[in-house]
Formats: sequence, C-alpha cells, structure tokens
Amino acid sequence: MHKAVGLAVAVEKIPDGASLLIGGFMGVGSPHRLIDELVRQGRKNLTVIANDTARPGFGIGRLIDAKAVKRLVVSHIGTNSETQRQMIAGETAVELCPQGTLAERIRAAGYGLGGVLTPTGVGTIVAEKAREIEVEGKRFLLELPISADFALLAAHRADYYGNLDYALTARNFNPIMAMAGTTVIAEAAEIVPVGVIPPDEVVTPSVLVDYLVAREKVNGR
Amino acid sequence: MDAKELIARRIALELKSGSLVNLGIGLPTTVANYLPPGADIFFQSENGLIGMEPLRESGMEGEYLTDAGGSFIGAVPGACSFDSCFSFGLIRGGHLDVTVLGGLEVDEGGLLANWTIPGKMIPGMGGAMDLVTGAKRVIVAMTHTAKGRSKILKKCTLPLTAIRPVSLVVTELAVIEPTAKGLVLKELAPGVKVETVLAATEATLIIPDNVPEMQLTR
Repeated sequence: MHKAVGLAVAVEKIPDGASLLIGGFMGVGSPHRLIDELVRQGRKNLTVIANDTARPGFGIGRLIDAKAVKRLVVSHIGTNSETQRQMIAGETAVELCPQGTLAERIRAAGYGLGGVLTPTGVGTIVAEKAREIEVEGKRFLLELPISADFALLAAHRADYYGNLDYALTARNFNPIMAMAGTTVIAEAAEIVPVGVIPPDEVVTPSVLVDYLVAREKVNGR
Repeated sequence: MDAKELIARRIALELKSGSLVNLGIGLPTTVANYLPPGADIFFQSENGLIGMEPLRESGMEGEYLTDAGGSFIGAVPGACSFDSCFSFGLIRGGHLDVTVLGGLEVDEGGLLANWTIPGKMIPGMGGAMDLVTGAKRVIVAMTHTAKGRSKILKKCTLPLTAIRPVSLVVTELAVIEPTAKGLVLKELAPGVKVETVLAATEATLIIPDNVPEMQLTR
C-alpha cells in the first residue's frame, strides 16, 4: 500500500473550480503545506468550506490573498479584513453559517444523513435560507449536508497506513471533514510506524485517507 | 474601577463551582480574572477544549493550544480536547451551564442582537447563535449605552442572535433580568440611582420596591 505522494503531485489532483473542505480554526490545524502549494500552482475559482479564513498571510487567508476563492462557506470572517473586502466588492461569494450548524452539515454529509434539525438560527436571518420544521412543539431548522470534491486535513501524526491523530485544539473540523470529502488528502506534522498510534487513539482511520502528503527535508535531508 | 472591570467582577459572582462555562472574546474573557483562587470552574473554548486557562508564561506558547480567537492559552489538569461537532453538542445539547457574551442590543423580550451591524460590521456569527440558543444560562456583558444611545431597547433594531431570551444583563449601571413580565431592575451599581438607569434605558423597566446595590466580592 502506497499512500505517500509528493506535495506538488497531491495538489495537481485538485483542478481549478474544485470544492474543498479545509480543516483548521484560525489557521490552527489547517493544512498549511497544501494551502501554500495551491497558491504556488495558481489554483483559481475554488469553493472553500471551512470554519474561518484565519487572517491575511496565514492559513486559509493565503488562499484569500491569492484571490483563489470564488465561493466561501464559513462561520466567521471577522479576523480577515481581506475576506471582508472581497465580499463587499463582490469578488468572493460568502455564505455565513453558524459554527455548530456548519460542523453538523459537514457531519451529515459524511454520515449519510439527509440533513440535521437544529434550533440554532430559528427566527433569525439564518432561517431565511432553511426550512423550519416543528418536532414535538419545538422549532428547528432543516440544515442540508455539505460535501466537497476534496477534504484537506492537517493531522498531528499519521502512520504508514494513514491513520491519523490530532493535537489539542488543532483537531477541530479535521475529523469531521475526513468523512465528507470525495477525495481526502492529509498532511501530518509527524509520520510514525504503524502501531505507534494505538487503536484507541486513532481518530481518523486510514481507510478514509486517500493520500498522505510526503514529508520533505527531514533531518536536513 | 472602570466600567468593564465592574461588569466582569459582577459576572464572576454568577459562576458556580463545578460548572462548565464559555466566555466570549473581549470583555467576557476578563471575567475569568476575577474568580476566587481555587474556583472549581471549567472553561470551554469552542474550538475544542474544556479546561482552558490563560497562558501562564510568555514563551510557553503551544501552536496547537489556542482559544477561539486564535490566541495562545494554557490548559488545567483534567482538560480534554475534542472536535467541533462534539464542542457544539456540548453547547446545544444543554451541557454548558453558562455562556457570557457581549451585546449590541437587548430588548424587552430579553432578546439579544450581538453579531452584525448590516452595512458596517459583518464578521459572521461564529458560535454566538449556538451559544445563545443552547447554553443553560446566557449572561450578557455590555456597556449600558453606546455613543449616548441606550443599548437596552423596546425592540432590537439589529438582526437577532437567537429567539431564546437571555438570562441576565450586566452593565456598568445595573443588573437586569429578563422575565415573562418584562425587564426587571435587579441591582444598581455602586453610587448609581434608579433615575440614572431609567434615563439611560429606552426599554421599560420593572422597578421592585427595593433594588439592592451590586455586590462585587463574594
């Protein structure tokens, strides 16, 4: 089983106009190498689904700086003035989604559900785009699944099979997105032999991971 | 003591031992500074942690240990980490005892607007809508007025964060509790008179016979 692919080769699999689920929260737990390579290869017209766009010059903010994104689905852009500028200028379409709802919509896609019912957003602006459904006297919004052509993940450790674990707050959306991308590409801070991540600590099983980005320049080589 | 410290100190008294609490960015975050030593409270960071604490020492930053604003934090013994679905399951599922959030407007129905000013400020709602919808208690920490205008209104003019009324509003002038009958003036800040609060409030307030002074220490 060969899972490791070079960074450039991994990113060449992603065409212009692709939809991407990108892990991370304010850039923490984002696949920075994949993001930088998307920029280097000049990818355009991407749809990005992520929690936020971090800030200019960092994380998903680098894709925004490069004007590589035509459509965004995020919970928050308050920390990135360039995203706000592009939204106001009409250069990038931005759909804002409550954070918990965004997570559940991605989960729904990955778990084979037709959507989720959430009380969040009932009676607010968010309800203008979702059907309201009453269940046992309580009001909910039907929020539809979000999948994408690719999920780009950042793990803490990957083993040779592609089993992944995560570190502290760098986990965030990564394991949820691993279920919802047609093709899953992961990069990891460390690559370890199989068994180093014990079964109870594997968060994303290797069967979900299509490609693992090869390390470059390890120990100065 | 400035307005923000007073608000934070008063809200710190609302946090009970053994509870799970989520503090919003900004003024709400400072509430943690006024807890008594040894207060047995766990703070959630919605990006995936229970047990956050301030970074103990500059130079000890961890790239994978951050709050919802991306700032470096520490973690207490007994802390645990999880993904975003779990984090919002805690919030929506009734497992979060208290959230403290900033506010732009609160109205007579106890409804909160705190996430956008159309045409001026469109940061996105982040976790605010989930927090106001799902936390067991929602405490609003905000100044009573902005640029001389009351932030406590008959009806919110800005887009609502949720249709679930908040539990308590703490300003530099007063503690106000939304109830089924309307907004009740529960406490006055030290040295503040009822008339002062009324003059700074557009909404109708229910004034009990006795309105005690805000306590600021346990």
